Amino acid sequence: MALYEELKTKFPEVVKEGFQEVDGEVVVCNREGFLDLIAWLKQEKGFIHLIDLCGVDYLGYKPKTFEERFEVVYHVFNLDERKLLRLKVRVPEEDPWQYSITSLWKEANWFERECFDMFGIVFKGHPDLRRVLMPEDWKGYPLRKDYPLFSEEEDWEPYKVLVEKYKRRG
Amino acid sequence: MSLVLEVNKKQKGKDSWEEPFYLNMGPQHPSTHGVLRLFLELEGETIVNCDPIIGYLHRGIEKLAENLNYNQTIVLSDRLDYISSAANNVAFALAFEKLFKLEVPRRAKLIRTIVSEMARICSHLLWLATHALDIGAMTVFLYCFRDREWLLNIYERICGARLTHTYVRVGGVRRDFEPEVIEELYRFVEEFPKRITDYETLIDTNRIWLKRTKNIAVVSAEEAFNLGLTGPCLRGSGVSYDVRKFRPYDAYSEVEFEVPVGQNGDTYDRYKVRMIELRQSNWIIKQCLDKLSETEGELVLAENSPDLLMPEKVREVSAQPHPKLGVMFKPKEKEIVPVGEAFASIESPKGELSVYVVSDGSSRPWRLRIRTPSFVHISAIPHMTKGHMIADLVAIIGTLDIVLGDSDR
Amino acid sequence: MEDLWSNLFWFLAGTVILLIVSLLHVAYLTYAERKIIARMQQRLGPNRVGPRGLLQPIADMLKLLTKEDIIPAQVDKPVFYIAPFISLVCAGTGIALVPLWENFVISNINVGLLFILALSSLSAYGVILSGWASNSRYAFLGGLRASAQVISYEIAMSLALLSVVLMAGSLNLGDIVRAQINSPFKVYLIPQLIGFFVFIISAVAECNRTPFDLPEAETELVAGYFVEYSGMRFALFYLAEYFGMLVMSALAVTCFLGGWAGPFEVPYVPFFWFVVKVYALLFFYIWIRATLPRYRYDQLMDLGWKVLIPLGLINLFLTALIKLIF
Repeated sequence: MALYEELKTKFPEVVKEGFQEVDGEVVVCNREGFLDLIAWLKQEKGFIHLIDLCGVDYLGYKPKTFEERFEVVYHVFNLDERKLLRLKVRVPEEDPWQYSITSLWKEANWFERECFDMFGIVFKGHPDLRRVLMPEDWKGYPLRKDYPLFSEEEDWEPYKVLVEKYKRRG
Repeated sequence: MSLVLEVNKKQKGKDSWEEPFYLNMGPQHPSTHGVLRLFLELEGETIVNCDPIIGYLHRGIEKLAENLNYNQTIVLSDRLDYISSAANNVAFALAFEKLFKLEVPRRAKLIRTIVSEMARICSHLLWLATHALDIGAMTVFLYCFRDREWLLNIYERICGARLTHTYVRVGGVRRDFEPEVIEELYRFVEEFPKRITDYETLIDTNRIWLKRTKNIAVVSAEEAFNLGLTGPCLRGSGVSYDVRKFRPYDAYSEVEFEVPVGQNGDTYDRYKVRMIELRQSNWIIKQCLDKLSETEGELVLAENSPDLLMPEKVREVSAQPHPKLGVMFKPKEKEIVPVGEAFASIESPKGELSVYVVSDGSSRPWRLRIRTPSFVHISAIPHMTKGHMIADLVAIIGTLDIVLGDSDR
Repeated sequence: MEDLWSNLFWFLAGTVILLIVSLLHVAYLTYAERKIIARMQQRLGPNRVGPRGLLQPIADMLKLLTKEDIIPAQVDKPVFYIAPFISLVCAGTGIALVPLWENFVISNINVGLLFILALSSLSAYGVILSGWASNSRYAFLGGLRASAQVISYEIAMSLALLSVVLMAGSLNLGDIVRAQINSPFKVYLIPQLIGFFVFIISAVAECNRTPFDLPEAETELVAGYFVEYSGMRFALFYLAEYFGMLVMSALAVTCFLGGWAGPFEVPYVPFFWFVVKVYALLFFYIWIRATLPRYRYDQLMDLGWKVLIPLGLINLFLTALIKLIF
């Protein structure tokens, strides 16, 4: 928990809570000021390896203890101390956005694009935010919990257009 | 904005004589290793701009996993990087074991180490084959496939499948090795180093090979971290970061091996690193085989490991499907697995493969996130190809060792 | 009058026989290539059609003849039609000028060597036109690569052959062979070692074979200039490539390896030594295809302009000097 204490004193407004998990420390942060915190972690504390960046949708999650619907989860790793740190930023449903960290890691570019693609979380400051896995004209965000599970391909707009075109041709 | 849209915009108000040369490489192309599409802006043969477009093999594995129980998701993991599926199985199992707080028997750990190193050899052989073929050396291709075939046959003896094994279970492995398998593996381990020497004599001193790989796509150590390169691509840049050493899992803490690193971070160094890794993997398998005899007769699956058919209907289906949103799942009160989250990463042959799982207590994961190396590596292609030629692009795709099943999930 | 008719008859008969024999050679060259490469790669190669797959080339030919001839909508049709024929004719005609044995040559002209060089330059047109007419970006890139490659390697090849001409004092291929037989070493390979080296490398590049197969680089440009072709037109390009190999090997044998002459005479088979030498060279072509990776475009140009052309020039200069002194 040493890192949490340090972060808490350095960024009192940003850090919300922290706890120890099986594989490393978890620190929950606020959106505002998060960029400074992670930049400090990268430049001063040696967390140079961004392993993962992903979104989680907590709609209807039973054991939930917080209000916001989404969470953006960062896994960063310190090579010298062999320390894994999980950072979480909670994002409310009404204005789903988060600051982009592409200025720190180019790697985050596609992670953020994927997060936007799957959850509709907008990353402010991202140079090229568009869908990556789904088609560019896809509607809806597939990994959200309220996304229809048994939808048919007929619901996809380009497919309908294609069928129409085909019918007209005979 | 996407390059495709930009092009449409640019072409409207421009003199057609100044128009750059655009080339749409893929999704059907012999050397994009699957259905990768690269939209290239060329100046002569030099690449000015490159926009990789993926998603043609997107099967929604993360979404599917949310509606399957923990053991069933391991079947999905085979389909990620289908060349080294045993390694993917291990990654999933490790994350779930952390969540369930399961202790894996030592014999199972050793067996897992063996199969994941076999997967590494399989994957690296296929990489060498296709990389050499992309650069134009045809013969290496078939030599590598010949030896990969041997390993696939061993896999078939182990679990009955050649590509999609589903051999690893949460809490261990499905069944023990037969004595014949161990004998065959010993034979393989003895013979394989000679084969590696064979490949190296074919291409290592070949001047054309050196010309095509030296100083191509040079990535410095700092840049490699910035781009998120992991695995052999990162080690080729001189960083000795290996998950097997930094966060040991399975039996890697008890075996000896070296982590090879390159110096210049060019395509040749990455090639060299992988060739050394082949030898190291061989050595690891040999050590594990020796240790297997110590654990003769032990269980290979933890006793309290979850049943294959985890209790059904824990997340209840809502009676009336929502008119617009379809069927919704609701969790019931009963807890089957601990609530919480777990993160596990392994050194897969292609790079760092990590699994992050969030549980709500039901038999199905609430969220399963897979970070695949190919996804990140493809995102690095535009940065690495700038200023190179089309022929180099093919070499760069080869050296990054991407599999589209891995990146699209 | 009688004489003219019989001359014409023999000329036509010879032409037809030579055409059939060389076409068969081309067909079985593909078979040989597949078999030899298969053996080098520990495979079996074609073995289904006929005993040991010997009828494979015929089956291939039948398949390609009966295949639909697909013509994409956007192509420049006349050029698209004619390009494969240009390639094939230019590649194949050269065989008529090569003396197979002492008294057998279909067309005994005094500028034989020049004519062959002209033809091989012209065959670049087939490649460029097909690349341009296909209206495909891959084909276009392939065509550009091919033209650049053929033009630059043409120079190196001509320089190597010029030294031979200097030594023999004739452009007639038959005279060149006779001059070789009368020379102290019996072949020009030994005095013209550098020339032979330059010629063989340029010949491989001329035929667009590995490691210089950039115009049709399978892993980069899919198939290069003939990516849009199918059926018989595709087969014509294929034939042209192998015909090119045959002609280049025959030319190398004629100019450097002493043509029909051998260590001893084989009775009743006057072309024995010629054929043996040609086969050896063709095997060499196939062998390097199984072994070497592909050059990159700029590296290929570097090799051509910075190594082969200077070498050819030096060789030419040395030959001229020696000729002047002795």
